[in-house]
Formats: sequence, C-alpha cells, structure tokens
Amino acid sequence: MDRSKDEPGGLRVKPINNGTVIDHIAEGQALNVLKILGISGTTGATVSVVMNVESKKLGRKDIVKVEDRELREEELDRIALIAPAASINIIRNCKVTEKRPVDLPDEIVGVVRCQNPNCISNTQEPIKSRMLVKGKNPVLLRCLYCEQPLTEGIAEYLI
Amino acid sequence: MFMKRHVLSMREFSKEEIDSVLDLAQSLEPMARGRKSDMLAGKILALLFFEPSTRTRMSFETAMKRLGGSVISLGPAEGSSISKGESLADTVRVIGGYADALVIRHPKEGSARLASQFSPVPVLNGGDGAGHHPTQTLLDLYTIRKESHLENLHIALVGDLKYGRTVHSLAYALSLYGADITLISPLTLRMPDSIKADLSSKGTIVRETSDLGEVIDNVDVLYMTRIQRERFPDPVEYQRVASSYRITPEFLARAPKDLIIMHPLPRVDEISPTVDDTIHARYFQQSFYGVPVRMALLKMLIGGG
Ligand SMILES: [Zn+2]
Repeated sequence: MDRSKDEPGGLRVKPINNGTVIDHIAEGQALNVLKILGISGTTGATVSVVMNVESKKLGRKDIVKVEDRELREEELDRIALIAPAASINIIRNCKVTEKRPVDLPDEIVGVVRCQNPNCISNTQEPIKSRMLVKGKNPVLLRCLYCEQPLTEGIAEYLI
Repeated sequence: MFMKRHVLSMREFSKEEIDSVLDLAQSLEPMARGRKSDMLAGKILALLFFEPSTRTRMSFETAMKRLGGSVISLGPAEGSSISKGESLADTVRVIGGYADALVIRHPKEGSARLASQFSPVPVLNGGDGAGHHPTQTLLDLYTIRKESHLENLHIALVGDLKYGRTVHSLAYALSLYGADITLISPLTLRMPDSIKADLSSKGTIVRETSDLGEVIDNVDVLYMTRIQRERFPDPVEYQRVASSYRITPEFLARAPKDLIIMHPLPRVDEISPTVDDTIHARYFQQSFYGVPVRMALLKMLIGGG
C-alpha cells in the first residue's frame, strides 16, 4: 500500500484522477453513505472506503472515494442526513476543482421512512414520505404526516 | 378574522389564531344553546369516521345543524370496509366532491394531513390514531378560559400522559399562554421526553411527580385523563394506580374554592360521581363547549370567516 505525506498515518488509498471524495464522514457511517449513493457490490463503480482514520476535526472519521462519478445535488442532501459535517471534493484530472459543504434542504421527500409504524405514510396510500428538517447538526427530522421526530439512527430508515 | 384552509394540528395555530377561534365560539354560544341560525344554510358537512367516536361525531353534527347546515356521514362499519380496499386519498376525493367540508377520524396518525392533500374542500381532523385531535384541545382551552383563566394558569395534567393524545396537544397549546404545568402520572405512563423538551424550549415550567396530593392546594385546573386497564399487565398494579388517581369529595376538601376539574370524557372511575355536584366539576360543561368551538371552526372554514 502507498504511503504519503498528506494524510496522518499514511495514505491508505491512492488519490483518484476523476470523481468525488467525501471526507469528514463521522466514523462508522461510510457504509451508510454508500447505501445512500445506491452503491453496492454489483454497481461496477470503483469505490474506496476508509474507515476509522485519525482526523484533526472529528477525532476519527471515514472517507469514501468514488471514481469517475460527480455527485448530484440531491445526493449531497442525502449525505447530509447521516454525515452533516462531511465535505465533498470534486476531482478532475487529479485536482480538487470544487469543494462543497453538504447542506440539508428544509424538507426531504421520499428519502427517509417515518419510524412510526402507525403513520399513514407507512401504508399503501399514494404519497411519498415527507420529513421536515428541524435541525441540521445534529439532524432533527419531523414527519410531516404524524409529526413524530426522528433524530437517532436515521440511516436505518433510509428508503 | 384569520382564514384557515384546514384544521389538522394544534401546532399550526398561533396564540392569536386560537384567541380568534375562542372569541368566535363565545359569540356563537347562544346558537349552540338553541337560538336559531342559518349561517351555513345549504352547506353540507361530511363525517368520515373510520373508527367509532360517538361523542366527537355527534358534537360535529350538532355544531353543523345549529348553524343551519346539514350532515352526511360514513358510519364506522362502512368506514372499516372502505379502509380495507380503497385508499383514503381516493375516498376523500370522492366524498369531497359531495360536501363543503370533511371531518375525518382515522386510526392512522397523519391521516388528516394526507386527506387535506387530496380533498377539494377543507378538512377537520377529528382525531387520528394516537396523533392529533385539535378540536378537543380548542374546546379544552375554551373551557379553561371561560371557567378559569388562560393567562398565568397553573394546571396539573393527571393520568395517562404517555398515550393520552389530548394532553400532548393541550400542553403544547398551554405553553403558548405561559402556563405552569405539573405532570402527574404513574412512572410507566409519563409524558414522552420529546414533548417535555418541546415545552421547555418554549420557556414553559414543567414539573413531574407521581403524587396527586402534592399539588391539590396549588393549582387552578386539575385535568384528569383515563388510565386504561390494558396499559398494565398486572391487574393488581392497575388497581393500585387507579385508586391513587381517583378524585373524591374528601380529596377535594383542601382544594381552593376556584379549582376546576376537567376530563375529556368518557370517565371510568378517575372521578367519583359524587364529585359531579361539587363546585369544582366542569367536565360536562367542557363537553358542551365542543359545540360552540366546532361551530366557530365550521363557520371559519365553510362560511368565509
Ligand atoms: Zn409519520
């Protein structure tokens, strides 16, 4: 494995030429980030996941690198749900061409299921789940339908 | 006068809006008691009850008829057969085509909000699951304002504070009026933390105890709720709890003269029938006040303010 000066403990994964690096993911959330991005073993994308590395900002962090893919705005919104402190670097020709913080919109539609089993949004009605964003860090969501709050374990309720 | 499109949750009411509903209810009270009115003549209210609640249904029905309007209704039996097949969204689109407003009562939380997204006419939430029942809260507030006072109120909410939906939105609404709230319940039926946190964030003083005797000489309103037997796996434990939350005239001996007792009804044995004749009982008035309050909402939604 390559060693490098720019990351403490040595670089565990090669820099990428083109694609997206999602840095400062809270430790243990990298796999949930992959889930949000719809990346599974059969997707075909080249993906590197680094978990539990030292970070000045977070103590420990995860990093996800996706090659040859630039994330869409709505995908960034979803990442903000489980990694509100994440930063996104878009890489083109081996250079960071864009740095974006993640930011949640005021309402998230069709992304997170309500945790209340008796909520009308968990039935066969012709509606999508709708969560109002009441807090961004830590994330606090409130179901538009039943008003039940959701703050912990959000990853478990991703649709 | 403010104009709401739907009445779904107390969270959507500001203090000013609540006050205007209560003021209008006050002006309609003579009609609620029988003086003739044709304010909503020719208008039709549809009652969609997917679970039985005779009192709420009859109270809405009375309110509409007192304003000169008429009512069509889906009984609980038809309600349950519809809820098995057709979606609620389709039902409200169809019935919304017949009526000028819909009242919906449904076992699933959030169903009134869903209905409002599909209904061509205003929707009133008549209770959804363990969720909201805003007309109950408004009639509670009306009762407190008439029979006691809303500003600087000290109220004790007693009984099942965990599952009792009426107390959640009542506590929320009272926080708008700066009430001082004491929560009295068995340990297993305490108010959920999320609701307490919400109250505290609004600057409301919230105390919690299991002992009803602690506050009796120091509150303006004792708001009793029913503790359901099903909440206790052990019948002995239920009996013990139920008897310690039972109001009797003897218990009220050291209560201040102007203390009032409220209860959303039906009661089981939280309040002894011998309390009914004391100066403290207000639960039957409270139940009646549902009529002028619902008249006010119907007039606002259907009658154009
Ligand atoms: Zn919900």
